[in-house]
Amino acid sequence: MKQQRIKDHGRVNHDRPVSFTFDGVSYRGLEGDTVASALLANGVHLMGRSFKYHRPRGVMCAGSEEPNALIGTSRQSTGRFEPNTRATMQEIHADLTANSQNKWPSLKFDVGAINDGLYMLFSAGFYYKTFMWPKSFWDKVYEPFIRKAAGLGQAPSEEDPDQYASRYLHCDILIVGAGPAGLAAALSAARSGADVVLVDEHVEAGGSLLSEPSIEIDGDEAWSWLKNTMAELNSLSNIRVMSRTTAIGYYHQNMVGLCQKLTDHLAELPKHAPRERMWRVRARQVILAQGAIERPLVFDGNDRPGVMLAGAAQTYLNRFGVSVGNNVVVATSHDSAWYAAFDLIDAGISVAAVVDTRDDIAPELIEAAAVRKVKVLSGHTVTGTKGRLRVASVRVNPVTSGVVGAGHEINCDALLICGGWTPSLHLFSHTKGSLNWDENAEVFLPGEQAEACHIAGAGRGMWGIRNVLDDGSNAGVEAANAVGFNAKAESLPVANDRDGRGVTHIELPTDRSAEKAKAFIDYQNDVTAKDIRLAVREGMRSIEHVKRYTTNGMATDQGKLSNMNGLMIAADAVGKPAPKVGLTTFRPPYTPTTFGAFAGYHRGTHFDVTRKTPIDSWADENGAAFEPVALWRRAWYFPKADEDMHKAVARECKATRESLGIFDASTLGKIEVVGPDAAEFMNRMYTNAWTKLAPGRCRYGLMLGEDGYIMDDGVIGRLSNDKFHITTTTGGAARVLNMMEDYLQTEWPDLKVWLTSTTEQWATIALNGPNGRKLLEPLVEGLDISAENFPHMAIAECTVAGFPARLFRISFTGELGFEINVPARHGRALWEALWEAGQQYNICPYGTETMHVLRAEKGYIIVGQDTDGTVTPVDAGIGWAIGKTKTDFVGMRSLSRPDVTAPNRKQLVGLLTDDPNTVLVEGAQIVDDPEQSIPMKMIGHVTSSYWSESLGHSIAMAVVEGGNKLMGDTLYVPMADQTIAVKVTSFVFYDPDGERLKL
Amino acid sequence: MLLIHCPYCDKTLPELEFTYAGEAHLNRPVEPSALTDEQWRDFLFIRSNKRGVHFERWRHTHGCARFFNAARDTVSDKFLSTYRALEPKPNLDNSDQTS
Repeated sequence: MKQQRIKDHGRVNHDRPVSFTFDGVSYRGLEGDTVASALLANGVHLMGRSFKYHRPRGVMCAGSEEPNALIGTSRQSTGRFEPNTRATMQEIHADLTANSQNKWPSLKFDVGAINDGLYMLFSAGFYYKTFMWPKSFWDKVYEPFIRKAAGLGQAPSEEDPDQYASRYLHCDILIVGAGPAGLAAALSAARSGADVVLVDEHVEAGGSLLSEPSIEIDGDEAWSWLKNTMAELNSLSNIRVMSRTTAIGYYHQNMVGLCQKLTDHLAELPKHAPRERMWRVRARQVILAQGAIERPLVFDGNDRPGVMLAGAAQTYLNRFGVSVGNNVVVATSHDSAWYAAFDLIDAGISVAAVVDTRDDIAPELIEAAAVRKVKVLSGHTVTGTKGRLRVASVRVNPVTSGVVGAGHEINCDALLICGGWTPSLHLFSHTKGSLNWDENAEVFLPGEQAEACHIAGAGRGMWGIRNVLDDGSNAGVEAANAVGFNAKAESLPVANDRDGRGVTHIELPTDRSAEKAKAFIDYQNDVTAKDIRLAVREGMRSIEHVKRYTTNGMATDQGKLSNMNGLMIAADAVGKPAPKVGLTTFRPPYTPTTFGAFAGYHRGTHFDVTRKTPIDSWADENGAAFEPVALWRRAWYFPKADEDMHKAVARECKATRESLGIFDASTLGKIEVVGPDAAEFMNRMYTNAWTKLAPGRCRYGLMLGEDGYIMDDGVIGRLSNDKFHITTTTGGAARVLNMMEDYLQTEWPDLKVWLTSTTEQWATIALNGPNGRKLLEPLVEGLDISAENFPHMAIAECTVAGFPARLFRISFTGELGFEINVPARHGRALWEALWEAGQQYNICPYGTETMHVLRAEKGYIIVGQDTDGTVTPVDAGIGWAIGKTKTDFVGMRSLSRPDVTAPNRKQLVGLLTDDPNTVLVEGAQIVDDPEQSIPMKMIGHVTSSYWSESLGHSIAMAVVEGGNKLMGDTLYVPMADQTIAVKVTSFVFYDPDGERLKL
Repeated sequence: MLLIHCPYCDKTLPELEFTYAGEAHLNRPVEPSALTDEQWRDFLFIRSNKRGVHFERWRHTHGCARFFNAARDTVSDKFLSTYRALEPKPNLDNSDQTS
């Protein structure tokens, strides 16, 4: 394979060879190479297969806009794999393994390329057409096919082994892009003393200057000027220059996200170093100096390997010292490609012809071409290319007065194309800044600004280094002065400048059938010019519809190359001027960004906190199985050897009902309501009446939303006239406090009430079972807890096992129950004291599952399980919790809304299966007639369902339309394999008279 | 990320510290039971959904925990003013943001 490296040319280090592998073959590049430049140096253009047609593709660009050369990268050392890395941005190193994508079995012979012959099936909107009929083919044929074929690259199969960092940064001025405009802006702004950050996605600053070494700035060679400029900037303490750093998004109020790549270029990974760092920069002023992106010309076969953008070839030559071919043809509609041709010729590379679509070429270009003796074909069109895995020839035709003449072929091994330059508007568009159509340049330029930003250089249509430097310098001055500095612009003399102009085209005219042309617009998504025209013919008028129908601009490059060409052709097809059709919206991120960079430190246990109670460690040590409840992890059940959950829960239920169970209820939400107006506040927030609740007594509290539906519940104790201890559901604590604060702050600011969350201040241990008092009595001091003096629903302060406590006599199981609240730090010690003292009663620790069963046996609802945000107190059978004489509380007015009082609402009932061993599935639907035709009318669903060890049969709760009137009726639960008959009953299954509570 | 000025803390802080809390200046009727079904429906469910200046509530959840009001342009997503709960709507005559 012929080496394409030009000795001592470019900015790569010719003395430092670096080896890496691509598709299993070891290649040698130089320090400073990207994968793309190193492969090109080895004569390799073929770097991938296209998405839809699996056409062989070579590299098009030299920057992050590259649509074709997407590779999978991994490291031999860590095995980390990343798909869709741009070969043009990935620097080579000795630990790098790169692989091409979208091919099988190999890049050179790919079975999927059969799609290329079937292109009629894959026209615009093929998702909606090709795979529609027959309907029965969808599951077995089409969907598996699409799933197999869809997607770019392979998702990594293993967890990302790397770390990612994140930082905040505040500065006066953020400059995005360190090309000539950005550098000039940085100079004028930083010299004034402003705090400046300058970022660029490439390895080094310089932008287009890196590809234009022949230009002279301020009497100095471009690269020398660049070196001195960087030296000056680096010597200033008020500027931070960041390379390999992409501004991925421009968000509200001048926040810009930067993704800085830190280790992808290193052969040896520094220990514990993050791979990437996400910067969230808040800048007082932003200067966008992103430059412009070269557009392809649109003609048949414009995607063959060896066809690339002229500016990219110029970059590979001047920056990397690589010749992209040995016999090159240049086809262009813009002056810039002429300079690429001149640079190639001057480096000794043969250029067969410069083809320009325009008749009227600037005389200085004609003259410079003549000096170099290169053939010039002005007023020509390109009508085709040949070559299988590499372009071999290009067909060009003269165009005279709009008529395409006879074509002839020119042999070549590289075809450099240029259809003009598109100002890079991505970040500006993120700010919702408006765009203006520039008649002369036929491009969109930044219009009205929505943020404090400035656009400089080619990004606003400037051309020529001198103009761009001036523009950048002025932008730096404006930005610095806007934040109170006194900056001065400077205008530097530029010699050998390359000013230029061009025209924008739709598809190039051809003498061949346009229907058969594979003239690509979006290379990454395989969208051709005729796809766009077809979409318009089929009724798509809006550019947004054309985009979605054809997928033009929807690939990972977000239309960086394709947007303008797509727009021009769509506008032509619709018959409207381009500005009337408009551009589709650019959205962040600018380039694909790793999930790791977004997540930063928030991964694993740092992503979702696990809240643990003070007793959690005891449960862990004693073999508990856990379940997540809201952010908490709670002991679910405590299996003994060989027990499954069913057996463990049956044992725990039995032990609790027969003797004594102990349960960690610390996750219950707790709110302390204090103040002279505490009772009034409670009256307004809860359905119940609180005024007459005596201190030392508790009440079941029910809270509604203003819409009348149950929002939360819990037992509330009155400690004194002005102090209530509220408990809420585990998941509802924050929501309830938020709602209480809302009313208190904004509706009733006159009430003297203070609310404090005490959820984490108290550890709560529930003792349930007939032996509860026997255990507790000897441990309690300062309180008589006999049935007479401390009855059901009593609350008092005392000490338990020496710890200060708030003792509730309440029950969520139907048994004699106590809930002991002690300061959280004593939680585990109290638990252990009770555990030890309880051994004589065979005390049994139980978890949330047993708690659920015991409460369901007793018919106690769980808000969020038996209610779903559409259940009123009456629906849930707890209308008794509404204070009868109250005139207002949150949600009261809604209880008389017409739909809330309507007949046949879903009401909570109990269900008993005909077969006592059948346990219904929670969520199962209920019908009244299982023989009716499908779709059946569903009249309710099962909300809770368990095996009841105490009762010896299954139990279930359900909401059923008009359920209260169906007592004793038989309903049906149709399941996939059987229909289960159920009898409607009361939902209180165990001890309906509550005798056991009074023990 | 938006920067929001908390009128209680008198500091401009990142949106992360705040929670949106719906439309502002919807006062709960003093005597809900005196309202017709239609009036109560409107209070419960009908919201202005403005294109332009929208008066809305925010809570400085991870700060002072106070609810306050804001005028925000829903087109530009810019805050025109924030002010304390129970204060009247500010005069935004010069803003020219309604559309």
